[in-house]
Amino acid sequence: MLSHISLLLVVVPLISAPVVAILPRGRLPWAVAFIVAASCAVLAGVQLWAVLHEGTISYELGGWAPPWGIEYRIDAVNAFVALIVATIAAITLPYALLSAEREIPEDKIPLFYSAMLLCLTGLLGITQTGDIFNVFVFLEISSLASYALISLGRQRQAFTAAYQYLIMGTIGATFYLIGVGLIYSQTGTLNMQDLATILPDVLHLNTVETGFAFIIVGIALKLAMFPLHLWLPNAYTYAPSVVTVFLAATATKVAVYVLLRILFTVFPQGFAVTTPADELFIVAGIAGIITASVSAIYQENIKRLLAYSSVAQVGYMVLGIGFASATGLTAALVHLFNHALMKGALFMAVGAIVYRVGACRMEQIHGLGRAMPWTFGAIVIGGLSLIGVPGTAGFISKWYLVVAALEQQAWISVAVILSGSLLAVVYVGKMIEALYFKPVADAGKAVSEAPILLLLPTWALVLANVYFGLDTDLTVGVAEKAAAILVGVQP
Amino acid sequence: MRPNLILQVVAKFVIPLMILFALYVQFHGDFGPGGGFQAGVIFSAAFILYSLVFGLDTAEKIIPAHWLRILAALGVVIYAGVGVASLLLGGNYLDYTLLGSNPIAGQHLGILLVELGVGITVAAAMLIMFFAFAGRGRE
Amino acid sequence: MMDFIIGHYNYWIVIVLMMVGLYTVISRGNLIKKIIGLNIFQVSVFFLYISLGTVEGGAAPIIAEGVKVYSNPLPHVLILTAIVVGVATTALALALVVRIKESYSTIEEDEIHNLDHSL
Repeated sequence: MLSHISLLLVVVPLISAPVVAILPRGRLPWAVAFIVAASCAVLAGVQLWAVLHEGTISYELGGWAPPWGIEYRIDAVNAFVALIVATIAAITLPYALLSAEREIPEDKIPLFYSAMLLCLTGLLGITQTGDIFNVFVFLEISSLASYALISLGRQRQAFTAAYQYLIMGTIGATFYLIGVGLIYSQTGTLNMQDLATILPDVLHLNTVETGFAFIIVGIALKLAMFPLHLWLPNAYTYAPSVVTVFLAATATKVAVYVLLRILFTVFPQGFAVTTPADELFIVAGIAGIITASVSAIYQENIKRLLAYSSVAQVGYMVLGIGFASATGLTAALVHLFNHALMKGALFMAVGAIVYRVGACRMEQIHGLGRAMPWTFGAIVIGGLSLIGVPGTAGFISKWYLVVAALEQQAWISVAVILSGSLLAVVYVGKMIEALYFKPVADAGKAVSEAPILLLLPTWALVLANVYFGLDTDLTVGVAEKAAAILVGVQP
Repeated sequence: MRPNLILQVVAKFVIPLMILFALYVQFHGDFGPGGGFQAGVIFSAAFILYSLVFGLDTAEKIIPAHWLRILAALGVVIYAGVGVASLLLGGNYLDYTLLGSNPIAGQHLGILLVELGVGITVAAAMLIMFFAFAGRGRE
Repeated sequence: MMDFIIGHYNYWIVIVLMMVGLYTVISRGNLIKKIIGLNIFQVSVFFLYISLGTVEGGAAPIIAEGVKVYSNPLPHVLILTAIVVGVATTALALALVVRIKESYSTIEEDEIHNLDHSL
């Protein structure tokens, strides 16, 4: 019975998305979407528990045995990422109610929640499936839904941002598809486990190496890895606040997961080290951390500032993957979780400001910190976590990353990680300065604190930032197990 | 819109054939080439031809936009519902074997229903797209 | 040498289409032309998969009497899915272009960029 959970995580949002689309306007679509997201979070929690206690779950769709049929194969890695995605969805949806009513035209509300659920379906599907072509299908489901969601933003730039993301996202997905096709042509299978047993014999073929390169570049586009990140700042800046929260906390995380799967499960251990991919990750990670953090400092829009910071944080994860050691992967996975928490909290707080002021440019938010103390508090703690101050979740992931770098005596990486934190101090400081120390602008005089329904989810994530900064049993414990599965012998 | 007699007569002759062909492709899908995707597109092509010849307003009277949205959703629900039905019968998701009295009948029924769902959704989605683009800027 | 070129003709078609498509996406400033380029790019991948599934002398994969060799249907099925994804992407992209046209009165990338530096 427990194995059905792996399937229900995908089917429940899938079946409710079309139902929500035809519900009448009002708050009913939201209620259904919230119940679905909450039950997904519970299911994902049970799934993680089951995987940790009873080992890998394998689910055969349609009763067709793998490798012929599609198999959902869940180990600690998927279950961990699925839990992040589902939990963030469950926390984002209560926030969505008011924020979406403010930012999205009333007649689009049912379709908006339908697209949110489709996006959730796609993201959860990617985490559940054990079939590399199925990954492409779910990747496109989530991407198409997110293009539509981004284009719902109020400014006209939302359309161009969505268009830009669509072009780059589709090129990325098609690259992935080419890679899968080339690998299929040499192995005749699409099942990840089956590929893991067949690929070692054909690794020397040019076709397989080319396929590997295509897949890595394709995912790097979806991941917003440094030189391929150009779509991300616009998309996050102009999307409705809720969409930014949801995508920033989940979409790139799931892409990181796919990258891990391809590098460590599908392709045999150590293959990436024989290709330039390994050094490429470290170089791209380092370049991403530095350039994106510096760009963030110069942004005049706080959503955009945080978006550039997201690119930098992806750089940390890529760096962790580049180390290709158990500690490096633990760091990447822990940061995956922690970054979802801190960016979720920060974008929610910014969304609360947008809810009250209708804008998030620096000069429009001057002095609002005093009028909105709770929102401001959330930004301060989220920002501290982003910097990596001890006692917050951000510290834990930076710590493991530094340890992983020291293990390999990668002094440059250590220096980059630390200077990345210093740059974060500058851009977080810039936000806090504008919010608290600048004199209040005329428009900001009548602003009051954000409604409780926006503050509760925000503070839930903020407190999670503090909690997971002090108690690391769940994050580090699970991430270590997951990393052991990835680098170790396949169970 | 200027009515064109030749087009209207030819369209009235062709449209039933198109719909018939769509249904053939739909229900022949488990014996030969065919299935919901192709049938849905052919089916919607008949309606698109109709609205090109007789005008959008006439076409929208035949299939109102909100019905299309319901149909598009219905197709997905049929598809996913078949999966859930096999789940409730004690099998895995989309395991058609349990749907009929014997495995072959079950597989037969299952794929037919799933393709029906696909066909409905594809046809409705194609028409929604067409009406959305063609109707843009009129109101 | 000739055998190599002629024997791999399907791959040459795929490579040419792929490059034409990708080049169009990158080089054109017109948003519609970009979508057309994207479509050509995707079609090249469809060709790649479909030609992968061919088995020399194989019949269409429908069980019939007297037929021993069938083509591999799996790549065809995969590509059917990818085609549907491609259609959905194109429709969404065109819808976005309609909205861009309505709010900017242009679909040229450089003109949009001049209007508010967003592309």
